[in-house]
Amino acid sequence: MKNGNFKKFGMVIDLDKCTGCGACMVACYAENNIPFREDDTDKMLSVSWMHVYRLNNGKPFPDYEECFLPRPCQHCEGHHGHSPCVSVCPATATDYNMATGIVSQIYPRCFGCRYCMGACPYHVRQFNWWDPIWPDGMEKMLNPNVSVRMRGVVEKCSFCVQRYQLAMDQAYMEGRQEIEEDDYQTACTETCPAGAITFGDLNNPEHAVHQLAQPDPAHEGRPKNPKAFRLLERLGTNPKIYYLSRREWVRRAGDNYLKGEFQNKAHS
Amino acid sequence: MDTALIPKGVKRCPIWQFALWISANGAVLAWGVFAMLLVYIKGLNQTNMNNAYGFALWIWADLAVIALGGGAFFTGFLRYLVGKEELKYIINYAVLIGFICYSSALMILGFDIGQPLRGWFIFWHANVHSMLTEVAFCLTCYFGVLTIEYIPMVLENRKLDKVPFFHNLGHNMHEIMAVFAATGAFLSFFHQGSLGGVPGVMFGRPFGFREGVLIWPWTFFLFTWSAAAFGPCFTIFITKITETLTRKKLVKDNVIDLLAKISGWMIFFYIIAKIIDTIYWATVTAPSKGFTFLEFYTNNPGSAYGLWILIAEIGVCGVLPALILITPKLRRIQGFLWLAVFLGVIGVCLNRWVMVLQVLAVPVLTFEDWFTYLPSWQEVATTLLPVAYGVIMISVSYRYLPIFPQERELNPIDEPAAAAREVIPEPSAAGPEPELSPAES
Repeated sequence: MKNGNFKKFGMVIDLDKCTGCGACMVACYAENNIPFREDDTDKMLSVSWMHVYRLNNGKPFPDYEECFLPRPCQHCEGHHGHSPCVSVCPATATDYNMATGIVSQIYPRCFGCRYCMGACPYHVRQFNWWDPIWPDGMEKMLNPNVSVRMRGVVEKCSFCVQRYQLAMDQAYMEGRQEIEEDDYQTACTETCPAGAITFGDLNNPEHAVHQLAQPDPAHEGRPKNPKAFRLLERLGTNPKIYYLSRREWVRRAGDNYLKGEFQNKAHS
Repeated sequence: MDTALIPKGVKRCPIWQFALWISANGAVLAWGVFAMLLVYIKGLNQTNMNNAYGFALWIWADLAVIALGGGAFFTGFLRYLVGKEELKYIINYAVLIGFICYSSALMILGFDIGQPLRGWFIFWHANVHSMLTEVAFCLTCYFGVLTIEYIPMVLENRKLDKVPFFHNLGHNMHEIMAVFAATGAFLSFFHQGSLGGVPGVMFGRPFGFREGVLIWPWTFFLFTWSAAAFGPCFTIFITKITETLTRKKLVKDNVIDLLAKISGWMIFFYIIAKIIDTIYWATVTAPSKGFTFLEFYTNNPGSAYGLWILIAEIGVCGVLPALILITPKLRRIQGFLWLAVFLGVIGVCLNRWVMVLQVLAVPVLTFEDWFTYLPSWQEVATTLLPVAYGVIMISVSYRYLPIFPQERELNPIDEPAAAAREVIPEPSAAGPEPELSPAES
């Protein structure tokens, strides 16, 4: 890091490829020991690091169109690492890592004030309203690299940071200073059967995410690719999840616009 | 039975009546404690909060009682630092109300967090960038100040005052009270402001977010200002309720009039600032995030967050009480005074409600809808708990402590009648102490 070789891990999700199958959600549950309840139908009470939204263009048949939008934590950088949730946490239980760009959550330090949940406009932060209860035998199938969380703390997507740590360990054992693009991939990326999710270092021009999103460092990572957008770009959250779509209505759904603003933006 | 504890020269209701009153409130208190234990034992799943409503009824109650308790710091500031001597006749009550409000706020915070045993992390792992950190530090310190301000009142109890140490301690604490009043005003400025900063810094929430000066959003200053403005309204309101229940005049009109006038002018200037803030937010801040002003007030279920809420907060509960209280003729009419302070109390509570719940209810992602929330009975019970606790604290303090210095003067006891009552000894009591005058007992 002395050479300023900061990574900025991020994700590009091609919404035109996503079929809404939910495999990314399942993989995320399994990889990150996400608790669930017998009746988990109330999604406002359940924990789901990766949530797939179902959008439509609001038009009647035959012009009706749908789009599935997977939403992990956006790992916002904000301005100089002051992401919406990190700056408000009173106990420093969440942190923006300048070396990786990952917003972490320190479960044993979180005391459950939920200010971060209020500050996050994406609803990626979820609260453990109950203690996790695993079905008989399932505790043996938990991922040993991910700590389980107890009742009363907030949790969220970590970009499978345990995989980054394992990749770094592996590289060290092999005498390498750096990890390759394939060394560190999130569970959802690997699982997506449509190949809609791409993950990597946004700062590295050789990585697919950089080439797809074309982040503009002069404008806090705003995508240069006209088909790419970030959710709620205008709030200044500076997220690291980029979405791709050829469909204008999908791109428009990514942010709030006053009348006529989006058309002007599209034409400029 | 408890006559030896009752202040000299004042009359209190019979002990059975007092016990009945305390029992009724004690039942509500017990209900609240039961709900609180459920929350502690079973966790926050006992509430109707959810991942969208991480803050709900409790945080509103917290912010509301802290704002209402602002009468303590502002009255203290006026009495000790500005030198408004008349206010010494109501400062005791303002401090008592503040003490109740702040202890309630701390109690609510105690069960509002998911891991109560880790509550101390806010001090140990403090994040200096977080408004909540500042709230926690200043709130705790100010509660300490209020406790120090309340102790001399307790020591004025007739029995305690007979102990030379307590008598001298109370006297000396009174002597240095200006220092604590100044400390309290300083701490209050910051924690009231930081509570305003809680929604104000949330740049991901366009309804709450505000620009500001340096690190402080405008809501920082508006919250401090509104607490100083509306806090005295609550002090007057509770004083008036106490007078009604006890059927006594406890504070002279000139004292109430002065506090009402100051409160009125504070509300008047606050509401101008609030209107300017609202206009700037509606025309500059929100549009810069892609929102029109009306989007924050329309298309929500049952119009729970309709435009009416803004009109009620600023117009009915802001402009109206300000106009009543700054007009001498109007504020001296009891009905108008009651109306103004009541509206003021509602107004500041409404402001806190909006800045806690509406902030979270407004959809920010374009493909989400308004979020709705209704508190569970456990939340209601635990929110009524501080109310019952407050009533009991006031009742006990009023009965046994000289809270109102003007009470004796305003309610002279008919001494012969009192003496006649005195000859009938209470069967269970050992009898009045020989040194007590008839009026005293």
